Amino acid sequence: MNRRQLIASVAALTTISLAAPTWAQDEPLKVGFIYVGPVGDGGWTYQHDLARKAVEAEFGDRVETTFIESVPEGADAERAITQLALAGNKLIFTTSFGFMDATVNVAKKFPNVKFEHATGYKRADNVATYDARFYEGRAVIGTIAGRMTKSNKIGYIGSFPIPEVIQGINSSFIHARKVNPDVEMRVVWAYSWFDPAKEADAAAALLAEGVDVILQHTDSTAPLAKAQEAGAIGFGQASDMAAFAPSPRVSSIIDNWAPYYIKRVGQVLDGSWTSEATWAGIGDGEVVIGEITEAVPAEVKAEAEALRDKIGAGEYHPFTGPLNKADGSVWLAEGQVATDKELSGMNFFVEGITATIPK
Amino acid sequence: MIDLFALFLMLLSASTPILFAALGELVTERAGVLNLGVEGMMIVGALAGFAAAHHTGNPFLGFAAAALAGALIALPFAALTQFLLANQVASGLALTLFGLGLAALFGKPMEGVKAPAMSPGPLGLNWIVWLGLLMVPTIWWFLNRSRAGLILRGVGENHDAAHALGYDVRRVRIAAIAFGGAMAGVGGAFISIATVLQWTEGMTAGAGWIALAIVVFSNWTAPGVLAGAWLFGGVTVLQLRLQAAGVRVPVQLLSMAPYLATIIVLVAISARQKYSRRAGGTAPGSLGQDFHALR
Amino acid sequence: MIRLVPRSEAAPLLQIATPVLAVLATMIAGGILFAIMGYDPVAAIRTIFWDPLFGPAAGYSRPQLLVKAAPLILIASGLAVGFRAGIWNIGAEGQYIIGAICGAAVALAAYPAPEMWIFPAMVVAGAAGGWAWGMIPALLRNRFGASEILVSLMLVYVAQRIAAWMAFGPMRNPEGFGMPGSRNLQQYPAAANPELIPGTGAHWGVVAAALAVLATWFLMSRHIRGFHIRAAGLAPRAARFAGVKPETLVAFCLGLSSALAGMAGLFEVAGPAGQITDTVGVGYGFTAIIVAFLGRLHPVGILLAGLLLALTYIGGELAQLTLNLPAATVQVFQGMLLFFLLGFDLLTRFRIARRITA
Repeated sequence: MNRRQLIASVAALTTISLAAPTWAQDEPLKVGFIYVGPVGDGGWTYQHDLARKAVEAEFGDRVETTFIESVPEGADAERAITQLALAGNKLIFTTSFGFMDATVNVAKKFPNVKFEHATGYKRADNVATYDARFYEGRAVIGTIAGRMTKSNKIGYIGSFPIPEVIQGINSSFIHARKVNPDVEMRVVWAYSWFDPAKEADAAAALLAEGVDVILQHTDSTAPLAKAQEAGAIGFGQASDMAAFAPSPRVSSIIDNWAPYYIKRVGQVLDGSWTSEATWAGIGDGEVVIGEITEAVPAEVKAEAEALRDKIGAGEYHPFTGPLNKADGSVWLAEGQVATDKELSGMNFFVEGITATIPK
Repeated sequence: MIDLFALFLMLLSASTPILFAALGELVTERAGVLNLGVEGMMIVGALAGFAAAHHTGNPFLGFAAAALAGALIALPFAALTQFLLANQVASGLALTLFGLGLAALFGKPMEGVKAPAMSPGPLGLNWIVWLGLLMVPTIWWFLNRSRAGLILRGVGENHDAAHALGYDVRRVRIAAIAFGGAMAGVGGAFISIATVLQWTEGMTAGAGWIALAIVVFSNWTAPGVLAGAWLFGGVTVLQLRLQAAGVRVPVQLLSMAPYLATIIVLVAISARQKYSRRAGGTAPGSLGQDFHALR
Repeated sequence: MIRLVPRSEAAPLLQIATPVLAVLATMIAGGILFAIMGYDPVAAIRTIFWDPLFGPAAGYSRPQLLVKAAPLILIASGLAVGFRAGIWNIGAEGQYIIGAICGAAVALAAYPAPEMWIFPAMVVAGAAGGWAWGMIPALLRNRFGASEILVSLMLVYVAQRIAAWMAFGPMRNPEGFGMPGSRNLQQYPAAANPELIPGTGAHWGVVAAALAVLATWFLMSRHIRGFHIRAAGLAPRAARFAGVKPETLVAFCLGLSSALAGMAGLFEVAGPAGQITDTVGVGYGFTAIIVAFLGRLHPVGILLAGLLLALTYIGGELAQLTLNLPAATVQVFQGMLLFFLLGFDLLTRFRIARRITA
């Protein structure tokens, strides 16, 4: 018996036992969520949980949501997702890249359950993927950073050298340079999504290099705390981090999954759900620019908001040529726009960034 | 060009949480107890300290509360290992699990709140940084020059002999465990009150485990702990600083280095001990062993 | 005054009664915790301890108990042998990681070859990798007298960083859109460690865990080396006079436990986990230390302890799912369970007597 037959027979077994209690119209639709961190992380998972609550608020007793938090990626994820499916959830959001293979595996066994996997690239008839164009938001805060820096040095704390983070670094640099041709960018990789002590050290390292604006793609408020000490500024990441407003937090880039979650739950309720890959940005309200505080001059605020609105309206793409790669080779010609495929595998810096991407 | 003095000041700040936790664990281990629950005690201290600082508006009261909470959370471990003679390694691991869970549970109301500001001390460093540095000679003096320290070391070196001399092994060890908890608590609170200014679950992110390595590196001496904290903190600070300056660094390989250095130090000291029988600090003789008085 | 008198033989009845008492005590203390947190204590306890075995979805969760318990049991049975001899390998987590990396390296090097030998070669590589990692503390102890507790622990940190390096560097999936992590071995038939009989959860790691329990039981109770190990643990000097070489024992015990830990890592990475990532070590190596002690260093005890811990993990997930119990509450509950089990263990080793004062 080979592996494929094995999977088929398991699928057959599980579908027989599970297809029986099908969801009737008068019962609430059960929606499950798997979180990689605790809901109290104040960042990535916290934002997903806010969106879950928004789904409950939107649909009231037509839905019933449950979640399992702090699920390690790997074997535990597959079991947790299966448990959600077995508990009668008909739509399951798996909210971390590392849940990708586990989601696809479970989806094979539960053809009647719909799955939504965040930030991945594997789809099936009952597995959709979704992601946010964070780089759109980065363009806006990059503009503010370029205008606000006095030392002409801005710093970026990256988590891991993966395409999503590289897009963010490139986008913020391009737009900082656009408004301030003298601006330089320093990049530090923390190799963690969340490690407050290390993020603080990373911020301190950037500040010591003369940086006075810090952008971060890690989830804790430690860099803001450091910036405050040094009289520098920064931006909220993932969540609004409003406790640090009006300064050092002068604005923020917020992950807002609520519109997408509400849309997809609605589609399951009315039967129009299909598997697709969604990559939404400012225009769909998935990437939100948090309030720009009074620490930012009015004309800079207006400029940033104008850019935000232009991107939101689809009139402008943050990766529009002419753009060269860091090695000097031509990437995009005048007026040419980066394709989604190029962006989703982005592994290079644009011209002007002197830092290197670790291999 | 990197300003070395500024880098050193960064290092002083960055190494403070692990310095406190490691100094506490040093005293615990010198009493013969291996407590692997440092991470759990740190996170409880981080929460308790943050909550107290937030409610009283006084960060220093926060640190006091963190010390108290760290000592309290160490008590179940003390009871298990000293009265119920449970294995120290397993009990310490259980303490880490318990502490992480407890802090997450009681931390919910503290989410999204900001800590009160602290005015910096000399050289713009936090007062607690200076307190940590002051603890190094204090603990050195306690261990090597005070009578109580002598008893504590005696208990750690050979608990049967200490018992035979009429010392209460158990009481000494419980005190050492509580002290270790208090220090870990302050170390954790430094992260929440002074570094991040917020409470979030899991915010110690493995610092307690680094503290354990530092104690080994230190060869069980207080100055050694300081050196270890600076080495471990220093490698992180330096690699981040080099990155910021645009230098390409092999981060993973570099972050392995302090652990390899620790093994080399441990081996060198053990070898010297083995071959030359020269006196000198090394792992306490009764480290990790249960003590049960038959009389 | 109360004092403790060591028992010369562990009382057989208490051997069984104390873990039951400890679980009952946890249920009471945990019930109080749940009640304070505003959850129905009876429902919570039932969800954690009963539902994974007999609840509505037990058909799925029962086999999952095996999947979750297998690495714990496999590692713990090796560790317990060393613990009996007073040889403290607390670095199984590192040996697990290195075993996973070495085993996966064979698969990734062979990819996409379909040959039959690949999986067996991976098992050998996994065991050998773990063994080699465990031999470092063994050699350093035998040669220089360095504490194996501390060296093995330090090597965990080193192994974790090697895993991160592998996931971002040499082992990164070339078709993974630049994301960290290796190819998924579940999708490479020659290298995969699938369920052997559908619906049972049993993969090769479960088989290996069962064999390890049998083998260590045989070793400890029927084999001369087991006798030496026990002798060395109880009376090291006497054992030395009886001709037991401590160096040989150190090498044997660390070698055995680390080879088993390495195998556990390989079975996980080729099966349930699927790929090398920077977080490939999920703590089984540390939890296995607790399992070894909960099982009183006895193979059968370890089997039961591993299953009990797996039960609370899976039950804890169910409690999150059905009762909306936060993960932190479940974690505190598990911490309590460990405290009680470790504490009650005293009763099997000592009896309580009143101190006779003159």
